[in-house]
Amino acid sequence: MRYFRSLLLLLPIIAADIVTAQTPDYPNVGRNATAEEIQAWDSGVGPDGKGLPPGRGTASEGAAIFTQKCIFCHGANLEGTKNGPALVGGKDTIATLHPVKTIGSFWPFATSLWDHISRAMPLNQPGSLKPDEVYALTAFLLFRNGIIKESDIMDSTSLPKIEMPNRNGFVPPRLEDIHRWRCSGGHCR
Amino acid sequence: MSSKGSSRRRFLKEGVALTGLAAAGARPGMGQVETSQVVKNTRPYGERSRFVTSARIPDDPTSRSPAILTPIQDSAGIITPSGLHFIAEHYDGVDIDPQQHRLLIHGMVDRPLIFTMDDLKRLPAVSRVHFLECPGNTSLRRSKNTESIQQTHGRTSCSEWTGVLLSVLLRRAGVQKGASWIVAESADRARYIKSIPLDKAMDDILLAYYQNGEPVRPEQGFPLRLFVPGWEAISSVKWLRRIEVVDQPHMARWETITHGSIRGDGKARWFEFEMGPKSVITRPSLGQRLPSRGYYEITGLAWSGGGGIRRVEVSTDGGRTWKDAQIHEPVYRMAHTRFSLDWTWDGTEQVIQSRCTDERGDVQPTLEQLAEVWGVDMEYWKTTTNNVLKFNPIFRWRVTRDGSVQNALFS
Repeated sequence: MRYFRSLLLLLPIIAADIVTAQTPDYPNVGRNATAEEIQAWDSGVGPDGKGLPPGRGTASEGAAIFTQKCIFCHGANLEGTKNGPALVGGKDTIATLHPVKTIGSFWPFATSLWDHISRAMPLNQPGSLKPDEVYALTAFLLFRNGIIKESDIMDSTSLPKIEMPNRNGFVPPRLEDIHRWRCSGGHCR
Repeated sequence: MSSKGSSRRRFLKEGVALTGLAAAGARPGMGQVETSQVVKNTRPYGERSRFVTSARIPDDPTSRSPAILTPIQDSAGIITPSGLHFIAEHYDGVDIDPQQHRLLIHGMVDRPLIFTMDDLKRLPAVSRVHFLECPGNTSLRRSKNTESIQQTHGRTSCSEWTGVLLSVLLRRAGVQKGASWIVAESADRARYIKSIPLDKAMDDILLAYYQNGEPVRPEQGFPLRLFVPGWEAISSVKWLRRIEVVDQPHMARWETITHGSIRGDGKARWFEFEMGPKSVITRPSLGQRLPSRGYYEITGLAWSGGGGIRRVEVSTDGGRTWKDAQIHEPVYRMAHTRFSLDWTWDGTEQVIQSRCTDERGDVQPTLEQLAEVWGVDMEYWKTTTNNVLKFNPIFRWRVTRDGSVQNALFS
């Protein structure tokens, strides 16, 4: 009888254990990340420009860097080579049989330029460019595509405000409407 | 010991130099050549027979970083051997020491967390069989002027992936209100980055560390890759190092420009994640040759990002009549599914093709139906240089009188 009573006392504890087993929180697996660790680890800039570092650059500063580090793959006139795509031209080709995707003809966000150059360029030394250099190259490419003036300064304030010519060339156009597509027979909706 | 036995032994002993010759001149009517080399099967890690030559090939040998294509024509069953899995990279791969590797989860979460590989392996593991298909598989430009099905369809593979569900880690980190996307980042040299809606992340996305029962191969993202079932392979980020929970997509160059898919009206569709229903006859297929008329098993693979394959039909008369193919078990959701149909070739020219239906009732489209969806005419497919992605039309092979198999997609 005494045993029986202690078993009864145990029941709620067993029940509680079962509930815990259904939604375990896996204690002591993984550890908290510090703010410093996150800052060192994190990189990247989205359309809102959040994460753009201090710094600045202009098209003429960018031209010098381009000559030094980008010409081999993208060509002296930004026309592209077999190693890298064209960075200018393609205007009014997107709706034709032979679309040419370039910064001026296709890219929807100027911030994507900064993000891509910063993380992936140049091909042989990605991640090696300093923020001022990335701002300058971004300014140079925007200028050569007729999107900004040669004297315009690109920094964390001005860059996210740039309106790209093909910003409305995508479906769905609004970021908040992009969600989980259901596709059928090549048609996603 | 019979004299027959001892003479065989003597032959084995004295005839070593003749082995090759004897093998070539196998005795008629014998199932096996008795003079085959004796192999001690004690390798620490096994290898296939030296007679097996099935291999991946580069799509463009002159390219700096070509895609490496799965020999889908040699496939049987549904699993792709890990060593034959296709490889398509936006950037060169990296060689990572798993002891040094860390995964950071941060952004709109209550508790930013860092995991070691040992941490991840302590968590409950799940194993799932899924296809992985590049959105450029069977793309329009690769559907023309190609010599083999490996070139047209070699960018899809199917494996058993093992790992921990991303939802387990996200719950542990505590996703905050207002979050709607995750951004996954690779440890490759270019820090490849991809945005994925949060609801998919909470549903069935895996952090995979095993593939087909052994650690994920280096070229598949060792020691850790994201695996996004049923979605274009560009979502399944290799060498995964960071996941940020956010409220809008990152709009990385690859997801907007590279994979923004321009339609006939000049508007590009972006973030079309799911791979549509697709099937193809892998035998007989483009580049093969039937040695004689007579019996053949038509066999192939079907798959859909929309779930399980429910039905596969095969036509051997250019699409006039269709027969239900046999669907082979096991059938997994969002996985290659094997089908077959008995066929006797009478030696005349025939056009063979397959079409599949998935669990939603979605049917693989014809080229004409795809043209309608894209807002283009049939001539567009033949002349455009637009790199049409997510292209999943019914593929047709022509078996000619001499037994060679040709591409009949456009004829």
